[in-house]
Amino acid sequence: MTDTSANRPGSATSLITPDARTKRRNRAEARFKVYGITAIGIGLLFLVVLLGSITVNGLGAFQQTFVNVPVYLDPAKLDKRGNRNIEEMKKVSTFGYNPLIQQGLLDKAAELGIETPLKKRKQMKAMLSASAAAKVRDFVLANPETLGQTVEFKLLAASRVDGYLKGRVQRKDVARDKNIDAEHLDLTDSLVAAGVVAKTFNLSFITGADASESRAEQAGIGVAMLGSFFMMLVVLVLSLPIGVAASIYLEEFAPKNRWTDLIEVNISNLAAVPSIVFGILGLAVFIQVMHLPQSAPLVGGLVLTLMTLPTIIISTRASLKSVPPSIRDAALGVGASKMQSVFHHVLPLAMPGILTGTIIGLAQALGETAPLLLIGMVGYIATNVPDGIAAGFLDPNSAMPAQIYEWAKRADPAYYERAWGGIIILLVFLLAMNIIAILLRRRFERRW
Amino acid sequence: MTSVKLAASALAIAAVSATAATARDNVQVAGSSTVLPYASIVAEAFGENFDFPTPVVESGGSSAGLKRFCQGVGEEHTDVANASRKIREKEIKACAENGVTEIIEVRIGYDGIVFASQLDGPDYSAFTQSDIFNALAPKVMVDGKLVDNPYKMWSDFNADLPAEEILAFIPGTKHGTREVFEEKVVAAGCEATGAFEAMMAAGMSEDDAEDACLEVMADGRAVDIDGDYTETLASIDANANGIGVFGLAFYENNTDKLKVATMSGVAPSTETISTGEYPVSRPLFFYVKKAHIGVIPGLKEYAEFFISDDIAGSDGPLAEYGLVSDPALADTQDAVYNEDAM
Repeated sequence: MTDTSANRPGSATSLITPDARTKRRNRAEARFKVYGITAIGIGLLFLVVLLGSITVNGLGAFQQTFVNVPVYLDPAKLDKRGNRNIEEMKKVSTFGYNPLIQQGLLDKAAELGIETPLKKRKQMKAMLSASAAAKVRDFVLANPETLGQTVEFKLLAASRVDGYLKGRVQRKDVARDKNIDAEHLDLTDSLVAAGVVAKTFNLSFITGADASESRAEQAGIGVAMLGSFFMMLVVLVLSLPIGVAASIYLEEFAPKNRWTDLIEVNISNLAAVPSIVFGILGLAVFIQVMHLPQSAPLVGGLVLTLMTLPTIIISTRASLKSVPPSIRDAALGVGASKMQSVFHHVLPLAMPGILTGTIIGLAQALGETAPLLLIGMVGYIATNVPDGIAAGFLDPNSAMPAQIYEWAKRADPAYYERAWGGIIILLVFLLAMNIIAILLRRRFERRW
Repeated sequence: MTSVKLAASALAIAAVSATAATARDNVQVAGSSTVLPYASIVAEAFGENFDFPTPVVESGGSSAGLKRFCQGVGEEHTDVANASRKIREKEIKACAENGVTEIIEVRIGYDGIVFASQLDGPDYSAFTQSDIFNALAPKVMVDGKLVDNPYKMWSDFNADLPAEEILAFIPGTKHGTREVFEEKVVAAGCEATGAFEAMMAAGMSEDDAEDACLEVMADGRAVDIDGDYTETLASIDANANGIGVFGLAFYENNTDKLKVATMSGVAPSTETISTGEYPVSRPLFFYVKKAHIGVIPGLKEYAEFFISDDIAGSDGPLAEYGLVSDPALADTQDAVYNEDAM
């Protein structure tokens, strides 16, 4: 035998020294490994770049610059009749409060001995957010007895001042900017040194409402978050029972015939339908035919339910299928009805898979923007915290991704930062939901 | 599972009862994305100063806003349409067909349209309407004859302009800004270069010649931007040789990235626009459905507040943001107070 093998070409080598062909195959394998590692590396690189740019651009939104201004609440201006009647005091609009606040800041700067060429009250306007007047007015209307006193307020700084402290507004750009001058930046530097202007954690970005174009510094994502929450509630309450019922019937009870095949194919097709299509459907059916209110989270939830249903049905059917037939046979064998076998034995075992599918479906719905554009959830909408559960479903509101889209469109560059900040919050939610899905699977999954 | 079912049925009931709709108590506004910033500033201040809830302002373009506005009377329809152009005859007709017969037109002020380019880009500092027409029109005048546009560079027809390839980002047709761009820039350039006369002389009817004037080359040098000015800004950022059409307010918020060109020698600013020296400006409007006044709480108050001196006056927050205030504001205030329909 050794003779014949010795005569065959290429068999002269031993196992220890590989021949040319083996070498080639080994090289091919090594090359493939390199390709694979490169592919993973590129993927990771994109992830790092993505997360890095999100963090770099968005972290600024979580900090905000505030100015501590002592404001003399002048009764002669704010309560002209002097009888402390709230209804009469309401007649003084926020525009009546602005001069007092600006004077307050001017006096504060003078008191600290800060040299500044800005001597006029009106020049202080560029330092403070337009929201300041509303804050002081609300305070005065809530505490009319403070009239005549000097009260210190922690007011938002204007978005340009905030941008200067965050490095977004550069001194070289200021010369062409009509919203702020270099003198304001000098004053800001002095006030920072004096501790009057300071950058602190910005809770109201997470809890607050949307703001208008002219006050980016005030905008928060809180109300849009509630909008998303109510939408997800609608999606969960509708799509879970409907999806599970549909899949149990299709998987366990339905006869196999042309009709069920057709339904199955259609469910798979539905899962691949672009979400914007559901948006148009929602506009046509829910708003124009059923006359549900525009921009309402209820409508948003209904549209997203349509989008989520196929995902949930498919994952539920997969997890029902993965329960071994022996469980069903055993249940039937000891005399359980078909329904008992499903609900007492199959469904509990399939539950972790169903929940995982549901959570992933919800996470998808949470990040969906396109259908919301069509049902009026983009714009200056998320302005009021809904008062009550019904209002939460029916009052106009936005949703987190729609709010981010809206911010990214706005003119003030400060909104750009807020859009990135919103993305961070949205990603945290998505991450949390995916982690819950993984934990549920780990905790409850059974293997056979 | 029972609690889930309970919640599901409760929700279904809520959905059905919402159809009968509890009375809407907030003003709903939709329309021009140019007016949106102003409307949002007003809505915010309105919510702060009145006991009514903050109005909801959606964007989507003047035409889309007016279309929704004209869909009918009733709570499910919007109360106010923002527009960066005047309502058209056929839109008034469409409104009337759906029962929206009384419309109050409110002019809030003027907005300048500017041509801007990358701050560090080529030196686009002075344009005339003829330059824009020569750059973008499919047929232009060369040596007194109407010919297919031969120009590739700005310097081909105006030696003062840089030798850069022509690339312009102009508003898409659903924007009201497009109409102003066509009317005040392209059409004016068409007449100034003599192309309009040449077309008439070639036997076109006046209407056809006007339409032909407004055409732009479809070879990629004129890019329609259907989104907002941020999209135009992004396109300018990516193309150093591009010029873009912006609103004055948007430009003023982004002076760190953009530089603006003069038009016929006049630099755009609130002053030159209010005096009428700067040629490319347009009035901004909103339209109020009169049938909704008294039904939707706060609607009239919102309209009055919008054009009050505190808001729309020359010292108000709208002027600060970039609106050129209307010298005839007092007349508009009277008209809104008296609810004068068109």
